[in-house]
Amino acid sequence: MVHYFDNAATTAMKQSALDAMIPLLTQTYGNPSGAHKMARDANRVLDDAREMLSNVIGCKPGDIVFTGGGTEADNLAIKGIVDLQGGLAVCSAIEHHAVLHPVEALGGKIAPVTPSGVVDLEALASLVDEEVSVVSVMAANNESGVIQPIGQIADVIAQKNPAAVFHCDAVQALCWLDIKEHCAKADLLTLSAHKFGGPKGVGALIVRDGHKIAPQLIGGSQERERRGGTQNVAGAIAMAVAAVETDAQRNEKVKQVARLRDRLVEGILSRVDNVVESGVTDGDRSHKTANICHLCFEGVESEALLFLLERKNIMGSAASSCASGAAEASHVLAAMGYSKSQAVGSLRLSLGYETTDADVDAVIDYLPIAVQQIRGANR
Amino acid sequence: MSQVLVAMSGGVDSSVAAALLKQQGHDIVGVTLKLWGGESDSGCCSVSDVEDARRVANELDIEHHVFNFGEEFDEFVVDPYVADHQAGLTPNPCVECNRHIKFAKLFRRADALGISQVATGHHARITTDATGVRRIARGADDAKDQSYVLHMLGQEELARVLLPVGDITKERVRELAGELGLRTADKPDSQDVCFIHSTGGREVFLGDRISLKPGKLVDNDGQQVGSVDSIELVTLGQRRGLNLGGDQSRRYVTAIDKQAGVVTVGPKSDLLVKTQLLSGFAWTHEPLDGSFLVQCSAHGSTREATLETTGENYVLRWSEPQPKVAAGQSVVLYKDDAVVAGASAADGDVQATVEAAS
Repeated sequence: MVHYFDNAATTAMKQSALDAMIPLLTQTYGNPSGAHKMARDANRVLDDAREMLSNVIGCKPGDIVFTGGGTEADNLAIKGIVDLQGGLAVCSAIEHHAVLHPVEALGGKIAPVTPSGVVDLEALASLVDEEVSVVSVMAANNESGVIQPIGQIADVIAQKNPAAVFHCDAVQALCWLDIKEHCAKADLLTLSAHKFGGPKGVGALIVRDGHKIAPQLIGGSQERERRGGTQNVAGAIAMAVAAVETDAQRNEKVKQVARLRDRLVEGILSRVDNVVESGVTDGDRSHKTANICHLCFEGVESEALLFLLERKNIMGSAASSCASGAAEASHVLAAMGYSKSQAVGSLRLSLGYETTDADVDAVIDYLPIAVQQIRGANR
Repeated sequence: MSQVLVAMSGGVDSSVAAALLKQQGHDIVGVTLKLWGGESDSGCCSVSDVEDARRVANELDIEHHVFNFGEEFDEFVVDPYVADHQAGLTPNPCVECNRHIKFAKLFRRADALGISQVATGHHARITTDATGVRRIARGADDAKDQSYVLHMLGQEELARVLLPVGDITKERVRELAGELGLRTADKPDSQDVCFIHSTGGREVFLGDRISLKPGKLVDNDGQQVGSVDSIELVTLGQRRGLNLGGDQSRRYVTAIDKQAGVVTVGPKSDLLVKTQLLSGFAWTHEPLDGSFLVQCSAHGSTREATLETTGENYVLRWSEPQPKVAAGQSVVLYKDDAVVAGASAADGDVQATVEAAS
């Protein structure tokens, strides 16, 4: 039995999403840009997908630009604004590389976070001057699970420079936060289907009414000329179905998963010493999404810990890796003020809607043994 | 059988090493070490090499992991390599990588994972005598022998290491890889230092990290005969790359005064010495007497010498005068084809040292 604790990396597809996509690949496979019936049928499904997704997100169907995933949507947001308006991009220091690297590549500015992992609002305010055209802050961090106050951030931006566009990378959020509410004030929003039971290779950038972006893929008038290329209709409908189902389950699942996560964290903390939980003081993890157990073990290297956990069919993550697949020092932990020696021992166990008590028990039973073995060898 | 961690670089030797161990029935886990984060083309750490290792592991149906030892590699291999050049030494980064990374850090990692044995694709053998003493011995393929760069392995390490391709020739390694259909069968051998890009070479690599200073080339009369761009790149005994012109009689670097920026060139005979001072001397097992076969470069020939110890100093006395060894180079002592000790060449007036001590 596999104990899957890497739901922040990707999730299993929901059966409903898979069922929804198959006919689009084998029967209704027309190109939605075409004129004939099969094309029109496919286009109708695309319209349905847009409609369904817009209800979950709280936007207009026409605001949705389907993309090849979250990274593309993030790039489209940052570069799409700077290309069109010029000016500077600003993002937080804990953004996913899909945001951080485009912002850095464009010579943008980086806002620090507090030790609890929340963007420093004062520091952000001081960076958002008249030169700034786009500000990007994620809804919830992929490593620490720390939720960012999107509404407050929007207010700060509006105060400092109302012309600046606010982009929110909500890739990690949909399973754990009501985006409709939490991200209501963001102008642009990034989603990725495979984080909530949809397929890989499809995502969306929500471009709220009135905002314009320069397309990054040109050569087709699809997505209202904001993203050229034949649409992944099967992916889009599967994404929409997964989003709708997730949205319906969320309230109940958040409670269930938070209980499991708390039991997991507390079970580990009570059995292993010299561990810190990222961004948490006095056991208060109310500012984190329900699914994230993110710990740093002193005197342990993540690679060794993950190896041993895998031996017991426990699939976790160090949450940051390079192209070769090797673990890499986390920029998120560094931004939160953790030392390198703490960061090399990081472990992210990310739960999902399917995680069970038995999964949690498997980790609590074995992880202390693995940590002891590694610390013994490194002594 | 117990588990074995196989270091797979993505090259043909370690691919076949893994295949042979698997054939022998070992429970093996392949691991590729990510060592160098910078640009490189010949090395064991580029993404395409990791991919080769991973795909060979797939072909062999074994587990494969990537371990990031980049920080340790910088600390114990790259930084000292740069510092040694700065200090006028001639470092051997492969030896330091074996000493600190492959046979130290990887061992500690194996301990953490509860795995007792570590295998590599080095061309060398491990012998065990009747009393249980283990030694690194030359591989079956003379031309590819790597015992020299493994000289630092002591009894504790040797008891845990497996070198599956040491008993076969490189040709046979490639044949086996071909027979097994491994994608690395025809992959060219790695050349030179893995973290240095072939287009820029040492000059660019070191130039990015330390300031390289020009030097004057003079003959024995102090007459200037040429110049070099970077005195830090000049090695004792060097002949090539001095641009002394074709009509010149063969001239070698016989002395380097980095402080003064002066490199002396002269006939090979000027390099000959009767003794060689050593540093960091270590026996593989207990001290041995008599004469030794001594190797002073990765694929160099051996020369005969006896060992003298005076106080703290270890000194080789050559049976015939030999060119002085550039300080920093590994000096490896063999009995027959087995390594019995290793050290580094040291600078210093050996005669004076020996006489002063006696």
